[in-house]
Amino acid sequence: MADEDAKRRIEERIAEAARAAARDGKRAPIAVDPVVRAGSVEAAGDGDPATATGAPPGARSDGGVPPILECTHVSHRYPRQTGGFQLVLNDIHLRVPQREFISVVGPSGCGKSTLLRLVLGSELPWQGSVTASGVAVDHPRRDRGIVFQRYSLFPHLTVLQNVIFGLELDGTWLLQKWLTWPIYRRTHYRRQVEQGMAYLRTVKLDEHANKYPQQLSGGMQQRVAIAQALIMKPRILLMDEPFGALDPGTREALQLTIVEAFAEQGITVFFVTHDLEEAVFVGNRLLVLSQFWTHDDGSSGEGAKVVLDVRCPKSTSVDVKASSEFQELIQRVRRDGFDPNHQQPVRTFDLSAAAPG
Amino acid sequence: MSRIVGSPLPRSTRLLLGAVPIAILVIVYGALSYQRHLENPMDRLMPTVEQLWRGLGEITTADRRSGEVWLWVDTRASLVRLAKGMGAGVGLAIVLGVLTGIFSTLRALFLPLVTALAKVPPLALLPIVFIFLGVDESSKIVLIALGIAPTLTSDIVLAAAGVPREMVVKGYTLGATTSEVVAKVILPQIMPRILDSIRLTIGPAWIFLIAAEAISAESGLGYRIYVVQRQLAMNIILPYVVWIAILGVAMDLGLQALSRWLYPWAATKGH
Ligand SMILES: Nc1ncnc2c1ncn2[C@@H]1O[C@H](COP(=O)(O)OP(=O)(O)OP(=O)(O)O)[C@@H](O)[C@H]1O
Ligand SMILES: [Mg+2]
Repeated sequence: MADEDAKRRIEERIAEAARAAARDGKRAPIAVDPVVRAGSVEAAGDGDPATATGAPPGARSDGGVPPILECTHVSHRYPRQTGGFQLVLNDIHLRVPQREFISVVGPSGCGKSTLLRLVLGSELPWQGSVTASGVAVDHPRRDRGIVFQRYSLFPHLTVLQNVIFGLELDGTWLLQKWLTWPIYRRTHYRRQVEQGMAYLRTVKLDEHANKYPQQLSGGMQQRVAIAQALIMKPRILLMDEPFGALDPGTREALQLTIVEAFAEQGITVFFVTHDLEEAVFVGNRLLVLSQFWTHDDGSSGEGAKVVLDVRCPKSTSVDVKASSEFQELIQRVRRDGFDPNHQQPVRTFDLSAAAPG
Repeated sequence: MSRIVGSPLPRSTRLLLGAVPIAILVIVYGALSYQRHLENPMDRLMPTVEQLWRGLGEITTADRRSGEVWLWVDTRASLVRLAKGMGAGVGLAIVLGVLTGIFSTLRALFLPLVTALAKVPPLALLPIVFIFLGVDESSKIVLIALGIAPTLTSDIVLAAAGVPREMVVKGYTLGATTSEVVAKVILPQIMPRILDSIRLTIGPAWIFLIAAEAISAESGLGYRIYVVQRQLAMNIILPYVVWIAILGVAMDLGLQALSRWLYPWAATKGH
């Protein structure tokens, strides 16, 4: 749906942001890395000295800065209706440094949304710990923004009110707001509206600011939800199949929107999807969760593990989807993660034994 | 018959159609009453239009002894009781319903009780209320409140529990505290549904009001109907009944208009 011109403009902007990031010595979102096995991801990524010393997956030597997101030995289970428990996540290890766009894929029901809820803090892990910037996750908080597939917008607020909802909560008491309304309206409120409109312009919805969400199409609603989350400047943006209900054209346009926001705002993104192409296209790191694995003795495993953790071939163009590297990676993920008849023994992919904790 | 899913009728057609059964009712009544009075000029069960007119005059002019206009005095007394009773019942139901709808512990604690109470016919509570509170004003208000609160509460519990969890989580990630989530995310979006539920309790509230007034009161629409019943004054009872219907419809339309005015977004379903 996005016409070619618009696409090219966006791609140029992404490339520019990437160059700027590279100049700053940060990891560029563009990195055409060879596909590597789980565990050596960081290493292959940017010549991190940690590799040479055989450091555990995701280990970085950024002078003790805690990773923006870390899961240590995380297992999670749910009670079964028939009694007992179903193990959903089995010993998940994950380290996400800043400015990474991590896509999570896996077969339906493998626990992607569960992992996202644990990262979000709307559920606590049964075992193990989840930390964000070194602080234990206990509750959904401002530093982790979220876009769900549905129900991200408040039906009783207009598009603009939805976007500035979080800003309006900031700092001011309701009574104080009412008592000083004539002044407040011209200062704080006006600034919030201006900021909200600016974010709406970036998702090209400024003309619809005064409509209610129900009056927008599904794609427009998701764009509002993205603006609503981004305006809070979260450190991590979590998304659970945000484009799952959209048609392919709208989907591609929104993929570009989010990649652009990522490149420009320097945030970290945790993106859950069941669409492999989408995952590889938007992300610069791909995490495959799967329940299709076996113990080393051949008995089948319980719960999902990270069976693959690789860099994505990156390019600033949607044409990358046609490249052989892109397609090979997708084939590989299909086999390793999605094929119940192809069960990898745990020793071939799991390096968590080497991890600390 | 036309299909169930049809295009809505134009407003004028709807109003006209709605007036037809009412007109038929009035005409049939007029004919029957005329007929009965031909047979027995002293008939009191179906007063003629002229007698009704006189009855209406009687209740809308100042009483010779007290100088009071019955209809206004009774209407005011009844509406005040209704407002207080419904106010208390609605307030109680909103607080209880929203809290139990949101917090699962409270739900486990209170829902069985509320569900059981909702099954008790409130009129069975009337003697209990009268015994505990005496027969004055407060007991009538309490009866109305107790009568409507349980069903209203279970309605509101459902509405509050039906707010998608995603929205609550979203509220927190936008920096809201728990009370802000309740006040700015949950409550505003269930308000239209609460107003709809309140509209449905107007009927029951009138039942409890009239019942309480019939048993003990010095004024009120229910009181008057039961007093003049002893004199078989149908020409006064009927205008009162019609007046109660008009008041009920007006309250319903009023709440509907209030809901549309306060919550314009609720009308924007779909595209
Ligand atoms: N609240 C819950 N209670 C019980 N079981 C649950 C609960 N939530 C999830 N599950 C189970 O956990 C497993 C993983 O669910 P989850 O929603 O995380 O999968 P998913 O990978 O997101 O799937 P999909 O791709 O279909 O969205 C499923 O088998 C599901 O039945
Ligand atoms: Mg899911």
